[in-house]
Amino acid sequence: MGLDEDWQPQASLATLRLRASLLAQVREFFGKRHFLEVETPILAHAGAADAQLAQFALNDPVHGPLFLQTSPEYAMKRLLLAGSGSIFQITKAFRQGEVGGWHNPEFTLVEWYGLEYDHNRLIKEVCALILELVPHLTMDTQITSFREAFKDAIGVDPIADSTDALRKTAHTLIPSARALTLDDRDELLDLLMSQTVAPHFPCHHLTVVTDYPESQAALARVNTRGLADRFEVYCGALELANGFYEAATYAEYVRRFEGENKKRQERSLPFIPADERLLAALKESSLPDCAGVAMGFDRVLMLAIRASHIRETLAFAIDRA
Amino acid sequence: MTTYSTNEFKNGLKIMLDADPCSIIENEFVKPGKGQAFNRVKIRNLKTGRVVERTFKSGDTVPGADVVDAEMQYLYNDGEFWYFMSPETFEQLGADKTAVGDAAKWMKEQAICLVTLWNGVPLSVEPPNHVILKVTETDPGVRGDTSGGGGKPATLETGAVVRVPLFINIGDSLKVNTQTGEYIARAKE
Repeated sequence: MGLDEDWQPQASLATLRLRASLLAQVREFFGKRHFLEVETPILAHAGAADAQLAQFALNDPVHGPLFLQTSPEYAMKRLLLAGSGSIFQITKAFRQGEVGGWHNPEFTLVEWYGLEYDHNRLIKEVCALILELVPHLTMDTQITSFREAFKDAIGVDPIADSTDALRKTAHTLIPSARALTLDDRDELLDLLMSQTVAPHFPCHHLTVVTDYPESQAALARVNTRGLADRFEVYCGALELANGFYEAATYAEYVRRFEGENKKRQERSLPFIPADERLLAALKESSLPDCAGVAMGFDRVLMLAIRASHIRETLAFAIDRA
Repeated sequence: MTTYSTNEFKNGLKIMLDADPCSIIENEFVKPGKGQAFNRVKIRNLKTGRVVERTFKSGDTVPGADVVDAEMQYLYNDGEFWYFMSPETFEQLGADKTAVGDAAKWMKEQAICLVTLWNGVPLSVEPPNHVILKVTETDPGVRGDTSGGGGKPATLETGAVVRVPLFINIGDSLKVNTQTGEYIARAKE
């Protein structure tokens, strides 16, 4: 296709109509459940702590450095701390360098926090929403622990096995990764999960993975078994949502933000100052008991239309934006 | 030396891998939402032509390969090297047997070929898609048989052997597809 045709939308008009109707369905879903729809800044002073996320930064002569948000998590938590009750948001999020069949650097997230929810209740809700939006999926959602998922797919124990053993498995199962050193255990787990475990999940129903290793807790609580109350929802290898039974205390957030910055330092990535406003709010009181989840809306739409590339769900993907 | 980050990977990018110049033919971005991103990349080794798959950690860098494609005119072969000339600078370069490979059997003096250069040295040579070559050896032609059915081998002036219709004679000029090695038509001289 020549440059002349680059002005054309990439999603078909039928897909754009479906997109609009699914967005309406999302609002109806939360309306019924009495969630408050909120909007938080896309452009904000604080960047994401996650060492794995590269963010678009810009320098404003008036307000100094600003970041395009990789998710609305911190701002939504400030609303929860201010007494908002259960909230949801449909927003654009931005992640630098993420381009591919399942990634566009600018994408749409549906993120919500249920007050007095734990992850188990939230898992049911996420799956109910996805099944409503994608009616051709069968209802037999499978819930499996991180550990069971690895054991079933590749016969290793991601929690108990030594890093050496995991590395050996990775090098055997993924010959193209033989040149990688893979010293970092979490990197190894990420590689195995994305290239060997998730591809085993069936495509006709949802698979929910729970009980993540503590090192992959992000901002989820760590339970009495020493595992993170974090979950991810997959359909086939396509990851659709990531949720937490949210960590609540100031000390916990400080510790996790520092951990991420330590990882950044080890990888020679720039230091990202913690979100001071979130920390200030947490200092006054802990986060109310809640669970939260972010769902990739474009990917759910991909499933609904059985798209093989995310650009089929977007009016204009990054190459035509 | 230029280096490329995985963020800059795209089809056709020339990089160095295991000390050989390579070209990226497919690049897939793989990333768990909260985890380390990887690039799963299909790469053609430009020396051997073999395609391999490699997984990189996103953000890793690899050295670029100074590889360029140049249209050059084939001049002559001295038994060891095939000599080409740039029609713009008139600069001449010799390509060895490894670089010329199968292209040798299609190349007639004056032909414009696509020469891939690595650090200025010919890495591979692609002959024109279609060439016109004279038949130097074949069984006598069968007059009147223009059916094209059956056929027979014919040796061309460059040494290539192609299957031709029965009516073709020694001295005929033939248009041949170098990609498939197939006879297309008799060419008028």
